[in-house]
Amino acid sequence: MRARVLIRPKAGILDPQGVAVERALPALGFAGASNVHVGRLVELDVDDAAQLRPMCEKLLANPLVEDYEVQLLDDGG
Amino acid sequence: MKFGVLQFPGSCDEVDAVEAARNVGDAELIWHRDRDLRGAEAIIVPGGFSYGDYLRAGAIARFSPAMESVIAFARDGGLVLGICNGFQVLCEAHLLPGALLPNVNLRFTSRQVELDVVRGDTAFTRACAAGQRLSIPAKHSWGRYYADEATRRAMDESGQVVLRYAPGHNFNGSVDDIAAVRNDAGNVFGLMPHPEHAVDELIGGSADGLSIFESMRLAVEGTHA
Amino acid sequence: MPETATLPTVDDALALGLTRDEYELVCDKQGRPPNQVELAMYSLLWSEHCAYKHSRKLLRTLPTDGPHVVMGPGENAGAVDVGGGLVCAFKVESHNHPSAVEPFQGAATGVGGILRDIFAIGARPIAVLDSLRFGEPSGARARYLLDGAVSGIAHYGNSIGVPTVGGEVYFEAPYEQNCLVNAMALGLATRERLVRSAATGPGNLIVLFGASTGRDGIGGASVLASAELGGDGEQDRRPTVQVGDPFEEKKLLECSLELLDRRLLVSLQDLGAAGLTSSASEMASKGEVGIDLDVARVPLREPGMEPFEIMVSESQERMLCVVEPQNVEEVMGVCEKWEVGGAAIGTVTDSGRMRVLRDGELVGDMPVRALVDECPLYDLRPEKPAEALYRPGLATVAPDASAGEALLALLSCANLASRRPLFERYDSIVQSRTVRRPQEADAAVLALPDGSALAVSIDCNGRRVAADPYRGTIAAVLECAANLACVGAEPLGTTNNLNFGNPEKPHIAWQLSESVRGLGEACRALDAPIVGGNVSLYNEGATGPIYPTPVIGMVGRMPDARDCAQLGFARAGDEIALVGPFTPSLAASELSKLRGEPLPDGLPEIDLAAAAAAHAVVRDAVRDGELSSAHDIAEGGLAVALAECCVAGGLGATVELAQGDAPGEADAVATALFGEGSGGFVVSGAPEALSGLSAFVSLRRLGTVGGERLAIEVVDGARRTALELTLVDLSAAYSEGLAEFFA
Repeated sequence: MRARVLIRPKAGILDPQGVAVERALPALGFAGASNVHVGRLVELDVDDAAQLRPMCEKLLANPLVEDYEVQLLDDGG
Repeated sequence: MKFGVLQFPGSCDEVDAVEAARNVGDAELIWHRDRDLRGAEAIIVPGGFSYGDYLRAGAIARFSPAMESVIAFARDGGLVLGICNGFQVLCEAHLLPGALLPNVNLRFTSRQVELDVVRGDTAFTRACAAGQRLSIPAKHSWGRYYADEATRRAMDESGQVVLRYAPGHNFNGSVDDIAAVRNDAGNVFGLMPHPEHAVDELIGGSADGLSIFESMRLAVEGTHA
Repeated sequence: MPETATLPTVDDALALGLTRDEYELVCDKQGRPPNQVELAMYSLLWSEHCAYKHSRKLLRTLPTDGPHVVMGPGENAGAVDVGGGLVCAFKVESHNHPSAVEPFQGAATGVGGILRDIFAIGARPIAVLDSLRFGEPSGARARYLLDGAVSGIAHYGNSIGVPTVGGEVYFEAPYEQNCLVNAMALGLATRERLVRSAATGPGNLIVLFGASTGRDGIGGASVLASAELGGDGEQDRRPTVQVGDPFEEKKLLECSLELLDRRLLVSLQDLGAAGLTSSASEMASKGEVGIDLDVARVPLREPGMEPFEIMVSESQERMLCVVEPQNVEEVMGVCEKWEVGGAAIGTVTDSGRMRVLRDGELVGDMPVRALVDECPLYDLRPEKPAEALYRPGLATVAPDASAGEALLALLSCANLASRRPLFERYDSIVQSRTVRRPQEADAAVLALPDGSALAVSIDCNGRRVAADPYRGTIAAVLECAANLACVGAEPLGTTNNLNFGNPEKPHIAWQLSESVRGLGEACRALDAPIVGGNVSLYNEGATGPIYPTPVIGMVGRMPDARDCAQLGFARAGDEIALVGPFTPSLAASELSKLRGEPLPDGLPEIDLAAAAAAHAVVRDAVRDGELSSAHDIAEGGLAVALAECCVAGGLGATVELAQGDAPGEADAVATALFGEGSGGFVVSGAPEALSGLSAFVSLRRLGTVGGERLAIEVVDGARRTALELTLVDLSAAYSEGLAEFFA
């Protein structure tokens, strides 16, 4: 099964990458973008979707400072 | 007194750590796949990029065979010093509270920094005096120390903040200027700056880092006595 | 007989960069038209990059022998004896074109490539320096390239644990389209561990180890693919940008050195430009043997790669070695320890032929000699250009600006301002050898185990070379050697990277040949033979060629690391003196650039022997501990040198320049303050020590160290011009010049 894990900085933790992007957008003429956050994307095939959460807790994310979100995709999707 | 210095395939400062520790005792490398700590009385987890650190600094290294032994060693009260990437590994392994995040300037930054000794009575700072200022180089891109407020309060109460960046020296944006922390039991210690690169006036610009190694020697030889 | 069903045509050969005549010659050497694999391999090995076909004849004129030389040009890197049983390997290489396409990966893989050159001869890399050129930083493209290149160098060097200890960067309009990214690396080895790249011993195995092979950097050769792959879309997906992985390289480095320590390798070679094609063919050529390679045994990163793609792939972090059959198992064991892939992909033969197989089927067969050594060499047709090649830039300093205004403008201009925003992004101290960090002294200083030290510098002011390729190149070599003298080191050897435009144009050919003439003369005069280097030609943009830029890297040695000097003033009350045969001129100077003046046709004559003698005096005085500081006079002239000494040391100075420093010139005051030239040093020390020096070298007392400001008075006949600036103002100008581009 194809899965996608989105990892982003926990709300409230300073996200300097997000700040940098947010600052750069208006400079390039894109007005009105706010609340920018930069995270990571992990895509993987797994046999057992139930393992995804422990994988995130243990390795893919650091729950102290990051939130994660698991998305299951259709096979081949 | 014998130090063991872990060596991951992507370690960079492991030989520097061995040489620095040899100023106060014996030291040798421990390969990441080995579980045997070879009678080391204190462990150093050195700087570098352990397994490439592409996912998150230190995230994979904590699961190495050597680190499993180090975790057991720490639980038994053994002294463990984590420098830079080693600090990240110890946080990932939950031997130390908190986490390291990307520097606020988003860049690898290399700078001589000044550190204020908050506590001079720990196993890692007993050769220093509280209030003393140490000059030690720092070089990293992932060194912003973070712990949530509740954790910080608990750390303050149990005296776990050992060094703080002197005013104007906290380039990575660490919360409360925290530069070095220890665990509650006092036997595990981590910091981003590199004491092993400040043991010789000729090449370090200062020899202030020696006091960290000397403190560890005093702590270990004290237990022997 | 290899498969020849889909023979490429002469048009394919032209598209791959061969000329019609060269294609005919290939047919001649082969006795038939080359097939796809063969044409791909010939086109790469007969390229300028591999064959040096426009520069080889010139390079033969350079001095390459000397008492310290252990390994000269022709190996992966040169090496000099540094005493204590150790040799220092070093080389500079360019990655200009890849960096212009994608600056981060271009610069990163440039560092990766030069490091592999160092450990390919068995040396552990101990330092990196870089030499960068971009357009004026007011331009968005220059800033993008600068930030990308610096980030790429930092990413690779910092992650692999090799300190970046020095370097230089210039911003000039001719580099706007065609930036330069040159990286130099140094390594240390015991003499016994040094290894060469010649393949020997028919029956020995060829082992490829490191990263797997993908379609990276196939670039131009992909024209060959269309026939068989039959879709236009396929080509578009081929990446031309190579991606570097410093973690893989770190493992490859440790693995290679362990293989050599265990004496398991007959020879070793890295894979760089032209991948397996050039590595295998050059190993065969040097050993005067043949090699059979089976591409089916090469570990691949993507399926369906054709033999020619595997042969020309520029995937990074790979090495090729020759192993005796009984050692292969142990070699694989070491690879496994370092988690590095390894595969025996071929055999050394006595056929003298480079044969490429796929699963035993012959797909390419070429005489090694023809491939590697028989590319036609071309004579240059140098002709001095009748008119100026480069247009002056906009004036930013008025001709009547006060001396103080000019000094501040110079200190804050992009070419002179503090490089700290760059150096801060590099780890300069890992490996615990760095005695002088960037900007603490004119050269980087690295301690050796026996208490002695290496000093290293990399330099070239392309604008001066553009004004006068011959003297400008001599000046670049002298600048490098002067930097070594300032820390107390004497040169052991030189490396160079000749960055020039299209050599088929007569005026570029003239720049190149004049420059190489100057390079040879200067290296001879300084006893600093050339032990290796690189040539990068065709550096041109739509607006014309780059400044001719022969980047010089020089390595020196000093007996005692503790004796090395610093550039900053160290002690209030010290006397300041100007030492050496310094004749300032505003020709091609930084001030003249800021004034928007055109380049002059020629630079003043340089007295090489007198400059070399001054270097020796400064070097010896530093070693004897007689000087508190030493700094050579370079861009911005004497006033800028003084200001740099003040800022670095946090001490002011009071100086008087007597008339006679530039007598009678219209611009006499500006010339005395900001004129440039070779051979001058600003030194400080106790008055008695300086008196002692004056017996050996031309020495002019300038003033005294101390206070919070730099005060310079120029006496020109009856006229007195005063300049007085506080340390705070000087530091601010100096530190803010580049910082804004990194905000």
